[in-house]
Amino acid sequence: MTRRRLPEWLVLLLPAIIVIAAVVLIPLLFSLYSSFTPYKLTRPSTLWKWVGTYNYEKILSDAKFWAAFGRTVLFLTIVLNVELLLGLGIALMMNKVTWGQRTLRTILMFPMMFSPILVGFQFKFIFNDNIGLVNNALQSMGFNVALPWLVDGKLAMFSIMFAEIWMSTSVFAILILAGLFAMPRDPLEAAKVDGCTPWQSFRHITLPFLMPFIYIAMTIRSLDVARAYDIVQIMTGGGPARRTELLWTLMSRTGYVDARMGLANAMGYVSILLSILFTIYFFRKLSAARAELGMAG
Amino acid sequence: MTEVTLSKVVKKYGQHQAVHGIDLDIQDGEFVVLVGPSGCGKSTTLRMIAGLEDISGGDVTIGGRVVNDLPPRERNISMVFQNYALYPHMTVRENLGFSLKIAKRPEQEIVKAVDEAAGILGLDELMDRKPAALSGGQRQRVAMGRAIVRHPDVFLFDEPLSNLDAKLRTQMRVEIKKLHQKVESTIIYVTHDQVEAMTLADRIVLMRDGHIVQVGTPLELFNRPVDTFVATFIGSPPMNLVDGVVQGETIVLNGSISVPLPVTAGPLTNGQAVKFGFRADNLMPIGHAVEEEGAVHELDLSVTLTEPLGTETLLFTNLAGVEVQAKMFNPRPVTPGEQLQFRLMLDKCHVFDAKSGQAVRG
Repeated sequence: MTRRRLPEWLVLLLPAIIVIAAVVLIPLLFSLYSSFTPYKLTRPSTLWKWVGTYNYEKILSDAKFWAAFGRTVLFLTIVLNVELLLGLGIALMMNKVTWGQRTLRTILMFPMMFSPILVGFQFKFIFNDNIGLVNNALQSMGFNVALPWLVDGKLAMFSIMFAEIWMSTSVFAILILAGLFAMPRDPLEAAKVDGCTPWQSFRHITLPFLMPFIYIAMTIRSLDVARAYDIVQIMTGGGPARRTELLWTLMSRTGYVDARMGLANAMGYVSILLSILFTIYFFRKLSAARAELGMAG
Repeated sequence: MTEVTLSKVVKKYGQHQAVHGIDLDIQDGEFVVLVGPSGCGKSTTLRMIAGLEDISGGDVTIGGRVVNDLPPRERNISMVFQNYALYPHMTVRENLGFSLKIAKRPEQEIVKAVDEAAGILGLDELMDRKPAALSGGQRQRVAMGRAIVRHPDVFLFDEPLSNLDAKLRTQMRVEIKKLHQKVESTIIYVTHDQVEAMTLADRIVLMRDGHIVQVGTPLELFNRPVDTFVATFIGSPPMNLVDGVVQGETIVLNGSISVPLPVTAGPLTNGQAVKFGFRADNLMPIGHAVEEEGAVHELDLSVTLTEPLGTETLLFTNLAGVEVQAKMFNPRPVTPGEQLQFRLMLDKCHVFDAKSGQAVRG
């Protein structure tokens, strides 16, 4: 009698399957399940009570959630676009630098080396309305104002965006610079001979070539920014009075402060849609841009 | 009328001087080929004419206008690059029409010019493809098409065929020549391949180390090379050169074999060290030679190696200790080691001064 043996491919894949199941699949299924329960961390027994789609219905009619959702989309849109413009500008200038470019490139990466928590603290200090650098600078320049940078809703959003942009513009700059390095010189020279002004060369030759690199940066950063949490948490904690509440600060408040884990998980599943949509959108754009350049596949 | 004139044109990269004050007059409608080994400054010269490199000294004029400080777009030139330099994100049609679109020409005119160029180069089938979907030869034709749609005053070709395989290169060479007959524009063409230079040029400009060595028609360069460099660069196989010393009416080659002085040789002094040069075509085994008028010197040489080429066979042999090549017409099989009697066509031989390398000619 021969013993039934697992097929070879399964045996070989088993370690990977086990690891993925343990760290990804099971937590994912658990959180999905708990989003259908009124699970509260303080009352573990609630985990076994099935409430169907109650949490989801509640979220969809919750103005606070949609406010945070909209704010996150706005945050994403502004931050990504500003980072793209600044990063593109920096990369184009860096590409012209002939002396000390390596050093500059390293310096450019510095903001990325800091923990977002520290960046948050730093900007919390810079934008502090009493002792902050910005207000002090304004006052010593003769403006007799103390702007409530982290208190006023709009100013606080601006301050957080500023910190986020400061920290991560170099992601765009580095990726676009890599694109510029990879760019063949010949088409640019051909464009010059064909009668292009520098701006036309950029618009018709350089930019189309950079688009795949820009979309890669966009994809990476959209996932990154959509889960913005640490800087916001440190600088304003989503406040004051929820004026800077983003999806993830709302979720963590719901899950850990209010201890309503089931509801928080449901929010997570709704907001993940946002990330998925952005990713699909940018990946489509990326494939299209690559196909444009004949790099499809 | 578009003459191109270079006067005392210099290119410096910091301390390094790449082009040393060259002078050149190119006539309207002329096909001029700049040829030379890599690093001789031919591409740099072309790029200065195009406006892609700054001119460090001297003047470049196109159609009587000094263009030193004009950007490429104001020089009314077209350039075909070695790597084709097609715009990868545009279709063939867009590539061809790009320069006209930039110049804001009316749509109908663009369509007409593009279709015309496509017709000349046989690109009609490929108009909606991207460059990535084209073969090397097709890309090269698109690059040429892009150059002709603008009806420029001057065409510049920068080693356009060196990325193609041998067969395609021969084919494209013919197409370029036909193109020149059609458009009748001035063409300046850079290559390192002397065959391309010989076959295409009205005039060849042979360069070395940033200097012009010789300017002339292909046959002038072939038949009357000014020095040993030209003699060995132009022609395939390269001219045979053997060291010798003048003794009276003969040259003693490497102290062993003596041959009569060619009548074409200029004034030489007794005892002068020279290089004796002759092409493989002018050393032929008896019975397999092309009958020609003129003085003949006969030599017994043994063959060391053969290269059959079909209509002729290249014979490697040893003349006064130097390996030289001879040509056998209407060839028969030859085994290495075989002793043959050769005819050396003395009237076609060259004598160069050993020290300066300059030709000594009457």
